[in-house]
Parts: sequence; structure tokens; C-alpha cells
Amino acid sequence: MVASRESSGNPGRIPALGVRFLGLIFISILLMYFDNRDNHLDSVRRSIGVAVYPVHIIVDAPARLWHWLAQSTTSRNDLELDRDRLIAERLLTNARLQKLNALEAENARLRAMLDARAKVRDRTRVAEIMSVDANPFDHSLVIDVGTQDGVVDGQALVDADGVVGQVIEAGLLTSQAMLISDTDHALPVEVNRNGLRTIVVGTGKIDRLELPFVVNNADIQVGDLLVTSGLGGTFPAGYPVAIVASVTRLPHEPYAEVTATPAASLGQVREVLLIYPAATNAEGANDE
Amino acid sequence: MNRDRASRRMPVILSFVFGLMLTSMPLPDAIDAFRPDWIALLVIFWAMQLPRTWSIGSAWVIGIILDVSQGTVLGQHALALTCVAFITVRLHLLMRVFPIVQLTATVLPVLAIYQFLLFWINGVSGVDAPAIAYWGPVITGTLFWPVIMTILSGLRYRTRSSD
Repeated sequence: MVASRESSGNPGRIPALGVRFLGLIFISILLMYFDNRDNHLDSVRRSIGVAVYPVHIIVDAPARLWHWLAQSTTSRNDLELDRDRLIAERLLTNARLQKLNALEAENARLRAMLDARAKVRDRTRVAEIMSVDANPFDHSLVIDVGTQDGVVDGQALVDADGVVGQVIEAGLLTSQAMLISDTDHALPVEVNRNGLRTIVVGTGKIDRLELPFVVNNADIQVGDLLVTSGLGGTFPAGYPVAIVASVTRLPHEPYAEVTATPAASLGQVREVLLIYPAATNAEGANDE
Repeated sequence: MNRDRASRRMPVILSFVFGLMLTSMPLPDAIDAFRPDWIALLVIFWAMQLPRTWSIGSAWVIGIILDVSQGTVLGQHALALTCVAFITVRLHLLMRVFPIVQLTATVLPVLAIYQFLLFWINGVSGVDAPAIAYWGPVITGTLFWPVIMTILSGLRYRTRSSD
């Protein structure tokens, strides 16, 4: 019946269009207000997020299939090469690990002498990045674990080379994470060489970070490794973040222009490590 | 009657699911800024063709789903899509008789209004994004409109003749 009225081309007014329009606009504004102010709507978001999950799965499927195909059609030769490389790598890491165990014991002893709480190893879990391009306005990614797996907002994400980002919205089955290259992301770091503390800010470019608050006479050089200082509370201390790429000292400005390249390859990661918050493993304040 | 309505709704719902997939499909960084607003284009098309069944209410619901999917402020896309649907429904009689060139020229400002609303809400809620992220989709969306129009019209008439 509805359709016959429509297809007959009878113009007719759509009833109460203006009123409904104003009502919906009003509801939208209310929603935005509450969502932006104090995250009252997290549970609403989570329940709708479950409905979006199948779509994300379908979008992710071709990439997953390709990955699987590429893996299952690797030639024997490649596999052997890979194996040789991995054996060599294992030898090297094992050797380093032996040293690390000794250092860890020493560190615990020294900390006990200084009366500081022991710095236990961080609890981690592996998460896979889904090939879903979520928000056009920021640098974010979707990972395949959610509150069901114990993910919470603000959790840190690292890969083998360094810090990748942090969880901004933990859903039930998937979560959204913000990359450190996002313009809204700032991260407290220190220079590994001398402990100089500063803040790294994203630029919106995936291979470039900025250090906006480094004074002109600060001791910082190209090639310096920046590691997390643990001061913000979100990121545990000591993870590599970036390597200083350029230092331009400006005599007429209060701060030097310093840029850095992220240590993790932000555009290429497929698996990341989620680090559980420090509160659960009794990490002490890490002040030198 | 019920079956009839269900079969009538199916192509619309499928097109939105497909649009949502296109919206969240990963693209290389270089062309990512030019990804058309598929959902906005779909809302324009269906609100123009079936303004009684698919108007501002459904646009709002789809907007909320889009907000959750993209992790934007809840209500941002809902508000913008509601406005798009409202404008389209008001103009749907005109737009139906427009030739394709003129119709495409009408879609351009509607998409521009959509992006402007997103830009405005981003500004108020403190999200910082480069200008290209807003104006790229308007241009590509307009260019894609004739394509979408052709595909969806075919879909619509096929389902109509089948029932």
C-alpha cells in the first residue's frame, strides 16, 4: 500500500517531517553532549558495536584470506631460509636473555636496597589488528580483542620495535586504538642517553612525531633514542618510542624544533602486544 | 503485505551494509582522504526514491551505527545524515525529474553541507583533522553519484518487477 502510493507519484506531504527532524536533531545534540562530556554512553556504544562486528569481520576477511594464502603457499626454500634465520636469532636472543636474567636479579637487589618496590615484568597479551579503516579524521586501528578479554580504555599497545599506541575505546569483542602519530596523542618520554624528560606529540603523519617542548639548550641530538618515562601512568616505563630525526635550534624561539621517527613501523604492524595496566602488577613509581 | 514489505526492504538494507563495508575498508593513505561518503550517497538516493519508508528516522539510526563503527562522537554522523535526509525529502519531487547532470549538481551542495556539519561538530568537540579529509570526499562523492544512481536504479527496478 505504501509503495503504491509512492510509485503513483502522488506528491503529498510527508507527515510531521519538520517536527520529527527537529526532534532527531535535538536527540543527536543531547547524545553528543553526554558522549563528549563524561562517557556516560559507553554501554550503549558497546551494545551497538556488537551489531557492527559482523561488518568488520567481512571487511577484514579478504586481508585475512590473502595473509593465509600467502602463508600456505610459501615455498620450501623460503621456509628453510626463514628457519635458518630464526635459529640464528634464537641463539642471539637466548644469549641476551641470560644476561638479562642476571641484570634483573641485580636490579631487584639494588631496588630492595633502595627500599623501592620491585618492578615486576609487565603482563601482556597478543592482539591482532583487523584490516578495518575506522575513522577518517584520526589515526586509529581496530584490534580483535575487547572487554571480554580484559581490555580496558587507556591500555598501551607495543610491537616488537616500540610503542604503537593506546586503546581509546574498548568494545565487547573489538577495540579501537589510537596510534602515537595521531595529532591528539601526546606521550611522556625521556631521552635514553641522559634521562631528559619531554613529551612526544603526533603530527598526523604516520612516520613523523614532534617534540614541541624541548628548550634550545637542551642536550638532545639526532639519533637519540626516546623511551617511555612512565610518568603519565598509561604507559609502563622503558619502552622505545622513537628516534630523534632532526634538531633545529631557533635562537629567537623559546623551544627548538625537534622531530622524531617512530621506532615501531606504524603502517605495517599486524600483531601487537597489549600491556596490562601497572596497577595489576604492583609496579612502583619509576622516578630516578 | 508483510512479505511484500520485507522483500522491498531487503535491497535497501543490503545496500547500506555494503556501504558500511566500503566505508570501513582499508585504503592506501594517498587515496584514503578521497574516500566518498558512501552512506551519505545511499541516504540521498533512498530518501529521494522512497521518502515515506526511508527518510530521516532511518537516516538517524544509520548515522548512530556509523558513529559506533567509526568511533566518532555518538550523534555526529546521525545529525549530519538526518540533515541530508531532510533536505533530500524536501526536494525529492524536484530531484526525481532532474536530468542526471542537474541532479549531480544538486548532490554536490548536499554533500558539502554533510561534510560541513561533520567539520563543525569536530571543531566543537576538539577533533583536529586536515582540510582535505573534509573536501576530498565531497568531490569524489559527487563524481561517483551517477555510478551509484545507475547501479541502485537497476537494483530497485529489478526488485519491483520481481514481486
